[in-house]
Amino acid sequence: MSNWLEKHLPKIVLGPSFLAIILFVYGFIAWTAWISFTRSRLMPKYDIDGFIQYQRLFDSPRWEVAIDNLFIFGFLFILISMILGLVIAIFLDQKIRIEGALRTIYLYPMALSLIVTGTAWKWILNPGLGLESVIKGWGFKDFTFDWVINPDFAIYTVVIAGVWQASGFVMALFLAGLRSVDQEIVKAAQVDGVPTFRIYTAIIIPSMAPIFLSAFIVLAHLAIKSFDLVIALTGGGPGYATDLPATYMYTMAFSRGDIGQAASSAIIMMIVVFAVVVPYLYSELRNKNDQ
Amino acid sequence: MINNINNTNYTNLLLRFLLYFILIVFVLYYLLPLFVMITTSLKSLEEIRTGSLVSLPRNITFEAWGTAWSSACTGIQCEGLRPFFWNSIFIAIPAVFISTLIGALNGYVVAQWRFRGANIIFALMLFGCFIPFQVILLPMARILGLMDLAGSITGLIFVHVIYGIGFTTLFFRNYYVNIPNELVKAAKIDGATFLRIFWSIFLPLSLPIIVVTVIWQFTQIWNDFLFGVSFSQAGTQPITVALNNIVNSTTGVKEYNVDMAAAIIAAMPTLIVYVFAGKYFIRGLTAGSVKG
Amino acid sequence: MDSILKIKNVNKNFGKISVLNDINIDIESGDFLVLVGPSGCGKSTLLNCIAGLEKINSGDVFIDNKNMSDVAPKDRDIAMVFQSYALYPTMTVEKNITFGMKVRGITEDVQKEKLKEVAKQLQIENLLKRKPGQLSGGQRQRVAMGRALVRNPKLFLFDEPLSNLDAKLRVEMRTEIKRLHYDLGASMVYVTHDQIEAMTLATKIVVMKDGFIQQIGTPAEIYNYPENIFVADFMGSPPMNLINATAIKEKNHYKINIKMEDGSIVSIKEKNKSKLPEDLLLGIRPENITETSLKNKQNCHMIRSKVDIIEPAGSDTFVVTKIGNTEVTARFNSETQVSIGSEIDFVVDLGKISYFDKLSGQRI
Repeated sequence: MSNWLEKHLPKIVLGPSFLAIILFVYGFIAWTAWISFTRSRLMPKYDIDGFIQYQRLFDSPRWEVAIDNLFIFGFLFILISMILGLVIAIFLDQKIRIEGALRTIYLYPMALSLIVTGTAWKWILNPGLGLESVIKGWGFKDFTFDWVINPDFAIYTVVIAGVWQASGFVMALFLAGLRSVDQEIVKAAQVDGVPTFRIYTAIIIPSMAPIFLSAFIVLAHLAIKSFDLVIALTGGGPGYATDLPATYMYTMAFSRGDIGQAASSAIIMMIVVFAVVVPYLYSELRNKNDQ
Repeated sequence: MINNINNTNYTNLLLRFLLYFILIVFVLYYLLPLFVMITTSLKSLEEIRTGSLVSLPRNITFEAWGTAWSSACTGIQCEGLRPFFWNSIFIAIPAVFISTLIGALNGYVVAQWRFRGANIIFALMLFGCFIPFQVILLPMARILGLMDLAGSITGLIFVHVIYGIGFTTLFFRNYYVNIPNELVKAAKIDGATFLRIFWSIFLPLSLPIIVVTVIWQFTQIWNDFLFGVSFSQAGTQPITVALNNIVNSTTGVKEYNVDMAAAIIAAMPTLIVYVFAGKYFIRGLTAGSVKG
Repeated sequence: MDSILKIKNVNKNFGKISVLNDINIDIESGDFLVLVGPSGCGKSTLLNCIAGLEKINSGDVFIDNKNMSDVAPKDRDIAMVFQSYALYPTMTVEKNITFGMKVRGITEDVQKEKLKEVAKQLQIENLLKRKPGQLSGGQRQRVAMGRALVRNPKLFLFDEPLSNLDAKLRVEMRTEIKRLHYDLGASMVYVTHDQIEAMTLATKIVVMKDGFIQQIGTPAEIYNYPENIFVADFMGSPPMNLINATAIKEKNHYKINIKMEDGSIVSIKEKNKSKLPEDLLLGIRPENITETSLKNKQNCHMIRSKVDIIEPAGSDTFVVTKIGNTEVTARFNSETQVSIGSEIDFVVDLGKISYFDKLSGQRI
């Protein structure tokens, strides 16, 4: 008996986690997907009713705003974080004496909750008492910076706060990548008289392609999941001007009691994440198995 | 590298000066919010209204801190952050411990005890890390209700453990994969069992990855908001939810200093962990994403 | 004659790939069996199967005449030394050696006693409190052996234990293992890809390739009478020369013809073989091709050829020439006076010739 146990113990140990994942991840996704095809409102109904929820979703002006915001925010957030992260990483790569201290400072935002970040930036961007008044105080009497309460510009404040939080992490990734470049190639280029700038653009940056991909995947993932930041910074407002799919879903699920909508918006979110992450994971796992 | 051997010494010096200057500017950018939070929390409301965002407090007062901790209003209750701080502690510590333990055993199995399907199971678990949690909120709410755990601390611990296992398993598996399998073979011949090998050989080797995993999990769980706001109720909310309630409460005068003090209190545990164990934290972050 | 290890009709595959094919080996108590072959030939897999660390798909393994199917490694009364020594990194040398005994429930007094015995035997008494990370390669090897010795097993298994050591250390440790074998009279199964190790340590050699046994025999048998061209080429350094030749049947003997560079044909009379294929390979080891000035042996044939390369190797000088469209290495005395380009007589010891069928590679 104990021989049998010993032989199968590895499977028995992994078993519960595996079952948990099957149920609480894949099973739950299936349930949500099912509900997204029903007419559920406050309580779940299980009769399939076709695509009406998705129809309602894409007819909804609020969802349209959410999707637009996702693209605006996602695009700017990822682009600016990557550029900023790359620039700082390159600067830090120049054998700076206080590199350790600088890295600590650039990275600490990642240790904070997005609620804290949102709260802090909400205060900084407070029209009247925040940056706006500081700049006004410096003599620029006509300076306005009321983006936080401006429906057209509010989403950009989310970008500012998001970039502040994530660019340090991107910097750390890129710094590690820069350092893993073969120094011999760089030295050879220097001896050949290639200017520093070109060494970066022609040799170092191209060899970091996989790291760019990793950074992109992580940032894209963060962008799609963005919920905490919006809630803390703008509450989704003014109105629903800074709604993102994540906040839309939450509102539908817990405030509006419209489970069908919540489910369909959640499924859409998942599809978007899939489209970005699955190809990446697949290629990574394949590389690992080859090794 | 910028000290390019091809530049003149003067050019190099100038470039270096420029470099440090820009880096310091970035430092200001990253430190600004922290600075603003601290200074605002130490000012009186009067000073905030009449003074500037970026000025140092004229008269330092800790009143806002006291309010934030024990009397700020988080909805109907006005007990400050204190009860919610403890909620977060009661949620985070068990969840971190359990998810780390399970992750260690899982990683051990996947890395050293290959059996048919182990890799597929691992891939499925890994994939589960990437889902947007919106897609499980609804069914989880129902299940928690059915298990009679709705709105409870235990319920939140349960949720954090379930969704933390993917990451913790990944961390340990990546670490254990680099330990030669011959150790297991030698131990088998010596007569050690599966668990004995884990206890006597792998666990003693695991300190670095345990530190990384614990820091990562603690940060994730302490900073979580989505699970907190979805699965808790008035008495069991974690500190992030309470903070948001304080800041975004629509009643009464906006006490910015209290908001800031509350934000700092909420941020302190993970910040302190970061300051003292930041090295391991960074390793944890990059281990998860660069190597996949 | 007590059989200590018997491997009968063992087959193993990983999915569709067959890694061990119909393996049959028998050794007696006190034997030193060496499994030798190139990487991927299946020798390590076979060792793992003997240890019970891998399952076999069909066939049986008997240790001390007991069938080992379903017997766990720990119950097979074996000990194993690994290529990377596999010492438990967080335990001291002392704990490493006594771990197995502790797991098996042996009392602490007995543990201490055995530890002392083994430590003395291997001269590692002063290393007991150190951790593996603080030891040199040779010291780690000794500790790994100590861990195996303390078990007093029926069978010692070695998986390329010397591969991680530098050349000098390797020779030293090789001698130590041989001495251990002699002192203990223990039965050992040893895996290596180094044919010199195989030749010096073994009482019995198994040459493997692609999961098949190529030949089983004593070192002398393997060396002098290789079963096929693979064994002929793999064992011995430099390897056996394999010269293209044709056999023409004459009245009561064969005429073996070898074509030379300049078109001329060298003919050797072969009286001892009754049937030879037309196309064959003539195998002869370098030490059996010598200079004329040396002994006047019976049963020799002289072949005149041009010296292409000279390789002085300290105790000998290897002379390379082209015979029968093949590069042939001869072993001359280190004091030889031959020069590159000179045409000299190479003396071939006819008694040491092996014939191989060109198509099948088998010995004739």
